[in-house]
Amino acid sequence: MGVARYWREIPARYNLIGKKCEICGKVYFPPRTICPKCRRKSIGKMQDYKLSGKGTVESYTIIYTPPPEFEGKAPYAIALIKMEEGCYLTGQIVDCKLDEIHIGMKVEACFRRIQEDGKRGAIYYGYKFRKAES
Amino acid sequence: MREVAVIGIGMTEFGELWQKSFRELVAEAGVKAILDAGIEGEDIDAMYIGGMSTGRFIGQEHVGSLALEVAGLEDLHIPATRVEAACASGGVAMHQGYIAVASGMYDIVVVGGAEKMTDVVGGEATNILASAADREWESFFGATFPGLYALMARYHMHHHGTTQEQLAMVAVKNHHNGSLNPKAQFRREISVEDVLNSPIVAEPLHLLDCSPITDGAAAAILAPVDIARKYTDKIIKIKASVQACDTLSFHSRSRFDSLPAAVHAAKKAYEMAGVKPSDIDVAEVHDCFTIAEIIAIEDLGFVEKGKGGKATEEGLTALDGQIPVNTSGGLKAKGHPVGATGVAQINEIVMQLRGEADKRQVKGATIGLTHNVGGSGGTAVVHILEAI
Repeated sequence: MGVARYWREIPARYNLIGKKCEICGKVYFPPRTICPKCRRKSIGKMQDYKLSGKGTVESYTIIYTPPPEFEGKAPYAIALIKMEEGCYLTGQIVDCKLDEIHIGMKVEACFRRIQEDGKRGAIYYGYKFRKAES
Repeated sequence: MREVAVIGIGMTEFGELWQKSFRELVAEAGVKAILDAGIEGEDIDAMYIGGMSTGRFIGQEHVGSLALEVAGLEDLHIPATRVEAACASGGVAMHQGYIAVASGMYDIVVVGGAEKMTDVVGGEATNILASAADREWESFFGATFPGLYALMARYHMHHHGTTQEQLAMVAVKNHHNGSLNPKAQFRREISVEDVLNSPIVAEPLHLLDCSPITDGAAAAILAPVDIARKYTDKIIKIKASVQACDTLSFHSRSRFDSLPAAVHAAKKAYEMAGVKPSDIDVAEVHDCFTIAEIIAIEDLGFVEKGKGGKATEEGLTALDGQIPVNTSGGLKAKGHPVGATGVAQINEIVMQLRGEADKRQVKGATIGLTHNVGGSGGTAVVHILEAI
């Protein structure tokens, strides 16, 4: 895969920069071009918005059969996370025992290696989540 | 809009069909359907073929043209269109065929669906199926396709008390039905213990909670009801054909214990057909994972939200239950060649409504429903059929 495909998503994946609709104030992550509530009115009014990185686990799974890019990494946890700002995203839970993970667990984003494009290709980084400090 | 009927059906055996190519599968299903309908090649006005990822499974796109060539219809130069909506490709091809006939644009339309999934090796099939999810914001971070349904399963279990055993009972029921279907990939019974003791794919889903990798093709011939009488007495009318869509990613949906697109499609389909959920005699639903059937019977209004697990346990959806679901064995036991599934569901319902389903026949079935889902719910297609 070309490096550009990865490079252009860096702001969102490194720094959790999503979009906020100036009209209704709703925050979207992953970033969206149009607010599905305000639609036409939101065109050109979606501003960059950095998420706090704090969220709550709404559901989770432990992956035992991984896709080829995650070969050797299983078992690992994937969670549906509700961010403080109200939007949801999908990410891995790390830095804890798998059986500690539960629905309602408070988590915070951390910057990690996600996968690599073969042995010689680019290394892809982005967010994962760990148990929140407080 | 004209009334539309299914006048012919055909499908291949489903399974790991090493000896058969994509072309041969398309030809076999198509020929069976054409013979069943009693039409001639020159009667055909258009073709729609569902295929999810022919480009990645066999390195072949442009399979509309391939299907035309296979059928030997090139001298007619009729339009042949490939349709893609992940695992709902077949259902969407049916919907496109329905629109084409109902609108008056075409009279006789061949709808097909096919997938050749076993020509790739190792984890490649898992990777290709993951492209039904959001590559940039789900798969990139390590979410697999079973993983997304596992998130649904855990959520449903947490909020509605659905149990691991109830999930397993969906697979047990569908394997029983599959054992009665000569075209099914798995024609053997399994037990709840078998499911719970099978390897974990994505917790809480075990291997036997998941539909398999399958080769297969299915076809159906559509015609306006008034013309249909010229060809057959066994007319199965399409009372409703509805497609609904939602976000590509699971995390962007408005609900996590339901597929809002399926709820929407079902509601519109019942309105279009003028029937209620309780009028349905038999249904084929998209059980790509056991949790998906539990959510499907709730979304279709057969049971209240959250009661799908209990209803399955109590036998509501069994072959001799109040609403038999997945009499064919479903995706779980019949097999799930992704692009073919939506059309194979139509095959089963047509057989049931004609009274040709042999050992798995639902007595006196006159109204049947199909529910076909793409990805984790980004597309849903509901058809309601009636014997007239």
